[in-house]
Amino acid sequence: MNIRRRLLLVVGAFTIFTGAVMVWAPTVGSTDISLARTFDRSIPWESNVDAQIFFVARLPRVLAGAMVGAALAAAGVVLQALLRNPLATPFTLGVSAGGSLGAMLAVTMNLEFGLLGVTSIPLASFAGSLIATAIVYALAASQRRGLSTSVLLLAGVTLNSFFSALILFVQYLADFTEALRAIRWMMGGLDVAGYAPIVAALPFLLLALAAFAVLPRTLNLLSAGTEAAAAKGINVVSAQRLAFFSASLATGAAVSLGGPIGFIGIIVPHLVRLLIGADHRIVLPASTLFGASFLVLCDLAARTLMAPLEIPVGVVTALIGGPFFLWLLVKRS
Amino acid sequence: MIATKITKKTKVTKVFGSNTKAFRSMFFVCFVVTFVFFVVVSAQPTPRRIISLVPALTEMLFAIGAGPQVVAVSTYDVEPPAVRSLPTVGALLDPDTEKIISLRPDLVLTYGSQTDLQAQLTAAKIPFFDYRHGGLDHIMVTMRALGARTGHVDQAEKAAQSLQSAIDAVRHRVAGRPKPRTLLVFGREPGSLRNIYASGGRGFLHDMLVAAGGADVLDDINQESAQISTEVVLARAPDVILEFNSSNRLNDADLKKVVDPWLKLSSVPAVKNKRVIVLLGSGLTVPGPRVAEGIEKMARALHP
Repeated sequence: MNIRRRLLLVVGAFTIFTGAVMVWAPTVGSTDISLARTFDRSIPWESNVDAQIFFVARLPRVLAGAMVGAALAAAGVVLQALLRNPLATPFTLGVSAGGSLGAMLAVTMNLEFGLLGVTSIPLASFAGSLIATAIVYALAASQRRGLSTSVLLLAGVTLNSFFSALILFVQYLADFTEALRAIRWMMGGLDVAGYAPIVAALPFLLLALAAFAVLPRTLNLLSAGTEAAAAKGINVVSAQRLAFFSASLATGAAVSLGGPIGFIGIIVPHLVRLLIGADHRIVLPASTLFGASFLVLCDLAARTLMAPLEIPVGVVTALIGGPFFLWLLVKRS
Repeated sequence: MIATKITKKTKVTKVFGSNTKAFRSMFFVCFVVTFVFFVVVSAQPTPRRIISLVPALTEMLFAIGAGPQVVAVSTYDVEPPAVRSLPTVGALLDPDTEKIISLRPDLVLTYGSQTDLQAQLTAAKIPFFDYRHGGLDHIMVTMRALGARTGHVDQAEKAAQSLQSAIDAVRHRVAGRPKPRTLLVFGREPGSLRNIYASGGRGFLHDMLVAAGGADVLDDINQESAQISTEVVLARAPDVILEFNSSNRLNDADLKKVVDPWLKLSSVPAVKNKRVIVLLGSGLTVPGPRVAEGIEKMARALHP
């Protein structure tokens, strides 16, 4: 089967699946709502509980989940190819730790600024991610011969540990309730209750996705080795730079919106590879779509399994994703 | 201890057989040993140098007249004002054991989860008082226990009784009035409705709400603290949302900032009828002698 037909078939199937999940997810939750009432325009908004549950509580969550899941899964694929390391995740290069540190500082210093309806925590988180990205890039590019992926990896991992230590230190110094809030944020959460944070994160995410759209062929060559890629006429350094910055941007936007939700960035790409092979032209779009639906489903579990209590979505992704992935791994081999 | 004595006694009977005189004298010796043991254990000397690591207990100590015996407190302690000049020795998660021992306390009030500290105190032969938060009644129980331990039995009894009667007075006043279904919120991400923490159907905050004449909308959740989503707030549709805010004072603009995020949930009766009420003050979440003031505040908010 040629690549176009396979692409069409696989991406089509994933699109249908993700679409179905996104349509279905907001209709279920801890409460039973009537869809007829939800979309009944004759009932005033102020007294339409069903519509408010659908449009204020559920739909923003589903959208946020899809965005965060897509961003983390795609960033995972890109970084695994860029670093030529199957263990790479969006959190490997210290970007998310930078974002988390920003959020921790906003929580513990009780910063209460806001911009366009976005509160201090996501803003500080995004700023932290950008700073971390800049530091890692500056370190990796400081070598004369372009961008060194081994320096990138080592610098990223070191920065990750360094920021994690700072996070623990900030939490340790924080007052008890603030420390609790900070820890809760680290577990991830998608109950954004409104569209402002989604709208704010969307442009960055679209920018990253646009970059991802031109990457797949390059990633195929890069994952075979930089020399091989250069021999095929690829400008390796600019390709690496584009991959690194777009993956970092996606990660930063995702973390600012949902917190550092683990496992998506590693499980989804590998799952997709197990299912459909390693060609990035198919893996990248399929992972993006599957990341979206996977996180939406995990969040559905997070908001219904123990309702009326919430389970942190990061806990669900690990609890569902881990065993599922292992099962698939064993079954395939 | 007692068990070993009983076995000893049985052996004694076997050895001495029908020699009742010897048996009696042995029994007497056993009795005296046991008695002396209990006297020694129970007659701990009245502490003169107390360190409190739990703000609620610090407040209780001052309320029962044991304030002058307190030599150091935790870093979280701010009430009563007299504690602000005392040395601090860390808090729940980071007690400064070295500093605690160096202050030569003869009683340390610890929280139940501070097991490492308790082990260290035991090793240093420093007595400690073990405490965990419980329901509302537990406050009075703890006050009396502290009174007995610190040599202020009468004052503790008086303080506990007056606290109980202050609570009962509010209960009495609101009895028979309709109980508004209330969501009691004590934490969320500022400026948004993310990560809402509310009181479930257990613990002193829940008890305070009930005493103040409210019905807890999360009554069925058997937890002191519950993290709930906006969907749950919409679905439970509380008549009143009471929100604790640790600031002692808020101007109108800041108050509006605190209340504003709730307005999104316009179908909730509390929002519709403008009954999202912010209660100020850090003391509201301390299960100590100021709890009656907190209940009074809540009752006034619920039954204006």
